[in-house]
Amino acid sequence: MVSLGLPRRSFAGSSALRYSAGLILVVFILIFATSPAGSAGEKRIAVYSGAIAYSLPVVDRDGREYVGLFEILEPLGTVTSRTDGIHWKARYNDADAEFTAGKNRAKVRGQELDLAANFLLESGRGLVPVASLSALVARILGISVTFNEPAHRLFIGNVATHFTAQLSHTTPPRLVMNFSSPVNPTISTEPGKLHMVFNREPIVAPGSPTLTFGDKTISSATYAESSGTAEIVVNGSVSLMASFSNEGRTITVAPAPQPTVAQPLPPSQPSASSAATSVSPSSAPSTVQPSAVQHFYAVVDASHGGDDRGALLSTQLAEKDVSLALARRLRQELQARGITTLVLRDPDTNLTLDQRAEVTNTVHPLIYISMHAASDGRGVRLYTALLPSSGENNGPFAAWDTAQSGFLPVSQAAAQGVASELQKKQIQVRTLAAPLRPLNNVTAAAIAVEVAPPGSDVMDLTLPIYQQNVVSAVADGIAAVRSRLGTPQ
Amino acid sequence: MIPRHLMIGVGVLLVAVLGVGIYAGRMRGRAAQVAPAAADTRPVAPPVSGPTERVTLYVAHDDSGTLRTQAASIPLPSARQQRAEEVLRALLEIYLSKNSPHPLASGADVHAVYLVTPGLAVIDLNSAFANGHRSGVLEEELTVASLIQTLAANIPDILRVKILVDGRERETLAGHAGLSGFYDVSAVGQVVGQMQ
Repeated sequence: MVSLGLPRRSFAGSSALRYSAGLILVVFILIFATSPAGSAGEKRIAVYSGAIAYSLPVVDRDGREYVGLFEILEPLGTVTSRTDGIHWKARYNDADAEFTAGKNRAKVRGQELDLAANFLLESGRGLVPVASLSALVARILGISVTFNEPAHRLFIGNVATHFTAQLSHTTPPRLVMNFSSPVNPTISTEPGKLHMVFNREPIVAPGSPTLTFGDKTISSATYAESSGTAEIVVNGSVSLMASFSNEGRTITVAPAPQPTVAQPLPPSQPSASSAATSVSPSSAPSTVQPSAVQHFYAVVDASHGGDDRGALLSTQLAEKDVSLALARRLRQELQARGITTLVLRDPDTNLTLDQRAEVTNTVHPLIYISMHAASDGRGVRLYTALLPSSGENNGPFAAWDTAQSGFLPVSQAAAQGVASELQKKQIQVRTLAAPLRPLNNVTAAAIAVEVAPPGSDVMDLTLPIYQQNVVSAVADGIAAVRSRLGTPQ
Repeated sequence: MIPRHLMIGVGVLLVAVLGVGIYAGRMRGRAAQVAPAAADTRPVAPPVSGPTERVTLYVAHDDSGTLRTQAASIPLPSARQQRAEEVLRALLEIYLSKNSPHPLASGADVHAVYLVTPGLAVIDLNSAFANGHRSGVLEEELTVASLIQTLAANIPDILRVKILVDGRERETLAGHAGLSGFYDVSAVGQVVGQMQ
């Protein structure tokens, strides 16, 4: 991040001026370092170097774009500046640069340099034309600089991050995007589109701005960049979701999981009467149109996955494998009870905690169940969220860290229902609140189920009969409390 | 014709080079035989001075998955912040002992406890504490609840606790217990009630 230290000034100048300039600089850095993308519509320039990426505002003067030279250089090294009448001098490490307000000729490292427009001096702040940044910064820093002027992106040295995109013709198809450096874009979706916005990564354009894949489900990807950001849009005919792997170097885009068509509730289920009076998946017709908006009653989350193995239950057994097996079994048991179920992590992929909560909240289920496994203790432990103290809801906007707060009573009711069914099957059970993410981020009833072995042998966790016994009790418990959870949106 | 004294000089130099080479080779072999020293986990801070006081520790027990109170008498300095650190170190001493009821990784320690604003305490753990912690919902929750409740029981007026690792925010302790938020001491107190 940007250093907050004030620059050392080696030139003489009034202390008031130095104080004011320092104060202005700190304010600038604080404002711009904390909002890299800037507000919508504001023109910004992004600077990428090997150690840091930052963005600065671009100002318009007489129809030309300008940027503060001091702010450009300050995060890159030691820089000082001095104003002397209409002259403005800057020193970056051992390089001196001299400018004159209203003149388009500068002197950098003892050599003259023509600017694309006049240098401006505003309240001690030196503004240089954006069009001259490439030559100016390269001369001052003494290294090669690449400037994409239309997109306002300045690459210092060889820092570009390249990427490839390849469609895997599996069922469903997957678009695998490999990046030469780790990336962390902001991802948003809309029907048939997935947007990835790169505010801090020096992503550069592929050979063609539009990549076509000849597939109906994931048809193309487009690359665009403007005002200091790059954006990749993946187009398809279905809703898409992205997952990260390879320490952020790989993004896999695949169709968002589709629901299984609801099965009519068996007449023997205890909630049959309530289903008759409410619109729930169990009472939905079995001829749901594939294109219609479909809802899940339950989201089952197989914890960990991909690079995250979770707890090492034994030398050969990882928590992520047991949690996935349990999640798959639970889906079967829930669907057998007429409860439409989405398993969040069906293949062995990476999903961040935030992504798990985002997908769950997008689906609007009535209950979220996170599956875990442990080697310590016996039986099953059920958890509801222990909410952090921070976070205040603001009107219709719920604080992310405490989004679960309004659903805690139904979560606790669900946990009690499941505990009751586990006890009926003679399975040792304990109910606790826990600071276990993403329970606190879910806007639905949310519980976590941690399954420990029935005896002293941890490998008993993999026994099909034990897993089946546990998940059928969990499914029974959820079926028993379904009428208290409401109806899916 | 090469002068005799020059030949002798060159010969002496060659012998000296050979001798130094053999000596350096032996020294290298000896150095390789010495096992690399294990990470030194001994404390570097001087022992705390102050009157011995009685404190209440909330000690996690893995066998039962519970927290139990345990009284201890330890020297406590007068400064509030140092008191907080010493109380937690007394707790860690139990966890790092031979017959620990809730073993922590070797070298686990508390860098510091900061009492930054009224009611807020920040516990800064070292990376050995977090990186070596066993993964599991209950194991991690026992650790977090034990630290917070011990701190709150012995240092008055702490309402919220934030846990850092090596001065940085971390998403979870070891894959489960979240560290990204602020813990509400009263809410943790309720959980501790469930765990006793």
